[in-house]
Amino acid sequence: MKLELSRVVQGGCRLGVLKGLGRSGQHSLEVPGCLLYTRCGTVPHLTQDTLHTLTNLPSVTQLTLSTIAEHQEVLEDFKDGFRKFAGLHDTVLYCSLHDPVTPCPAGHITNKTVSVWGSGGRIELTVAKFMALQRTVRPDWYQSMADGETWQSNTSRKRVRKSVDRTLAHLDECLLVHHKTQELQGVAVFGVVEGGDILEERVRSAKETAKRPVAGFCLDGLQTGSMDQALRIQLIAAVTKELPEGKPRLLQGVGRPDEVLACVEAGVDLFESFFPFQVTERGCALCFNFDITPDPERAVLEADEERDTAGETHENGELNLDDQMTSFEINLKDKRYQDDFRPLVEGCGCYCCRNHQRAYLHHLLVTNELLAGVLLMLHNTAHYLAFFGALREALAQDTLDLLKKKVLKEKCGQTKSKE
Amino acid sequence: MAAPIERGVDTNTPEINMSLKKTLSAVSPLTLRIVAECPVTKARACDLVLPHCTVNTPVFMPVGTQGTLKGITVDQLESLGCQICLGNTYHLGMRPGPELIEKANGLHGFMKWKNNLLTDSGGFQMVSLVELSEVTEEGVKFKSPYDGKEILLSPEKSISIQNSLGSDIMMQLDDVVSSTVTGPRVEEAMHRSIRWLDRCIAANKNPDKQNLFAIIQGGLNAELRKICLEEMTQRDVPGFAIGGLSGGEEKDDFWRMVTLSTDHLPREKPRYLMGVGYAVDLVVCVALGCDMFDCVFPTRTARFGSALVPWGSLQVKQKQYAKDFQPIDPDCQCPTCKRHSRAYLHALFKTDTAAMHHVTVHNIAYQLTLMRSVRQSIVEGRFPEFIRTFMKRMFPSSEQYPGWAVDALASVNITLD
Ligand SMILES: [Zn+2]
Ligand SMILES: [Zn+2]
Repeated sequence: MKLELSRVVQGGCRLGVLKGLGRSGQHSLEVPGCLLYTRCGTVPHLTQDTLHTLTNLPSVTQLTLSTIAEHQEVLEDFKDGFRKFAGLHDTVLYCSLHDPVTPCPAGHITNKTVSVWGSGGRIELTVAKFMALQRTVRPDWYQSMADGETWQSNTSRKRVRKSVDRTLAHLDECLLVHHKTQELQGVAVFGVVEGGDILEERVRSAKETAKRPVAGFCLDGLQTGSMDQALRIQLIAAVTKELPEGKPRLLQGVGRPDEVLACVEAGVDLFESFFPFQVTERGCALCFNFDITPDPERAVLEADEERDTAGETHENGELNLDDQMTSFEINLKDKRYQDDFRPLVEGCGCYCCRNHQRAYLHHLLVTNELLAGVLLMLHNTAHYLAFFGALREALAQDTLDLLKKKVLKEKCGQTKSKE
Repeated sequence: MAAPIERGVDTNTPEINMSLKKTLSAVSPLTLRIVAECPVTKARACDLVLPHCTVNTPVFMPVGTQGTLKGITVDQLESLGCQICLGNTYHLGMRPGPELIEKANGLHGFMKWKNNLLTDSGGFQMVSLVELSEVTEEGVKFKSPYDGKEILLSPEKSISIQNSLGSDIMMQLDDVVSSTVTGPRVEEAMHRSIRWLDRCIAANKNPDKQNLFAIIQGGLNAELRKICLEEMTQRDVPGFAIGGLSGGEEKDDFWRMVTLSTDHLPREKPRYLMGVGYAVDLVVCVALGCDMFDCVFPTRTARFGSALVPWGSLQVKQKQYAKDFQPIDPDCQCPTCKRHSRAYLHALFKTDTAAMHHVTVHNIAYQLTLMRSVRQSIVEGRFPEFIRTFMKRMFPSSEQYPGWAVDALASVNITLD
């Protein structure tokens, strides 16, 4: 795995290509970018046929050990690794520890073990078991075992220090087994940077991890909800300063577009793409605008829309939004979309927008039809991937400020046009 | 071997031919060409020309109740070779409602389905799903489960909704009684269904674009069935359905009513056996002369992990498949079997809805492939042999052949060994 940076903008933002991915090294991934989020090797709701109606899918698929650990015995019998087991043919496999969408109950970590939760409950992993799993899964790249239980607001300094120490110890043990395991030759390992919300611990974790022979770094314990954005950015900036320039940094648990932009500025290269899935699960569609190509006609149109929609936010009294809903999405269950015959996003080339209308999606959602999840997942994934494309383009063109302005001021719920 | 409806047309000069065809198509937007008839049984293979495409019969029609087929995209359904699927008038009439669907250019436009659609009358769901329904000469009265308002589904209302849906085949509103009910109620329902057929015919605003099928009633009473057949076949409808069956009656009664109906139905019009979809039932009822079938079973059972296979079914969620690395059916050409193993589907069922979609795709492929093989064998004049092979594969031994199927097949000159 080799990171070729073509630009480093404004001190932190890195634009480049991660090359030499996969066993034969023929895959690459542009950064800043994201991995393809899966559960048990499947992008939620999608069969391979529907998934591949999307173009420009990331070349790397993320597996989470939590969704596959319970199948270890099956995989051992199968012998050919998870890629073949799941019918995934032409993709690089990255194996992470936890599912970023499912919160992990606290209080089950020991000096020697971490726990993951699958469909059948908790599975406790020692380094030996963790590495045995990696041997049967046979990913192209995996994150080392880590103690990331520092996200609760009352975590003590002592506990944070412990998590850094344990994670380093796990890494050393993992690497030891890794180098002795025939099946894992040529497989990349990412070290995990912990340290909770304590700056010195973050820096110590980064410095120590960077000393080990790892291919890149996972930044853990910084997920949405664990701390405020300003602190997260401050910690990430401090950490990335300690990490070697030529190795990629993957941030776990952060996916909101505004947070992604800020974290990219702080030096993050890679994200997990679980955000489109969360949006799908609440019946919403991503609709935020990241198009910064100058178009005078469009500018007029948008100004009109803003005027039209001023003060209508509370018009619909029964609008009972999930408080997790962000301003980057629209809630298609809302009655206003009942007879809206426009695509989810005008100009979007995804299968859903090419074929279907908001009114149909509204109908599928209110009748609890399974196709709603399929179509929303397709659109939300396409929209999210396109956002990363726009982000890279903006870095290449030096227009990141424009993009930031566009994305941050965007309020989907209010860009409803004239009836 | 063209059906009579087309005879006499072919010999005319092109211009007259054209104008004649126009007159004919003004009568009904449906043409049935009989491609082959089995010399032994009553089976036939036809091309059913409908407004959106030609349907090769015998055909199984998957059910997309609410304007969607259980997690499958219309592109997936089309690529499986589906030429016609169902929508349910009761559900769609409630949500999103006929006005909205009309605005979306009918159900085709709303769900973006390019091939044909058949809609039911809504009556069956009303009687089976809604507790407070009352049937009078006017229609079926029921309380809306959404707002509690009393609604009357009359023959006119049913056709009006189906006209808004724009289906290629509409079904008349019939007076549905359970097939296990006997006595005067069955006779009343049969006569009322005939009167309602006339009201439906009169109410159809789009006879040039939408076909209206009659539904033969009469319960399990042969005399009543015959009267119904006699009356309804006098009406100028483009096709007939055999109704009031597959509702828990004895299979012995079931097949006798089916074969009685096909004996009296005109050869040149399609016959649709409602609510039938188990593989054995399909093969036997094709032999009895039915052309079209529908059933929710293959898609419903898929969601519980039950995959249909030539030897019955396979419960993917059962532990025995956790380490079974074969596809569901090694001979199946569907996208699921080409890519995934039983073991992977078993694992995926614990994690994601896509597991259901995989089995749904397979089950629809199974039904459609079965009917294509049936048709092929009829065309090639080897349907009797097909039936024997099919039964051998489906049952471990001939002792396990269901008695009704043996009798039904014997009635059309097929002896199973
Ligand atoms: Zn889209
Ligand atoms: Zn299959």
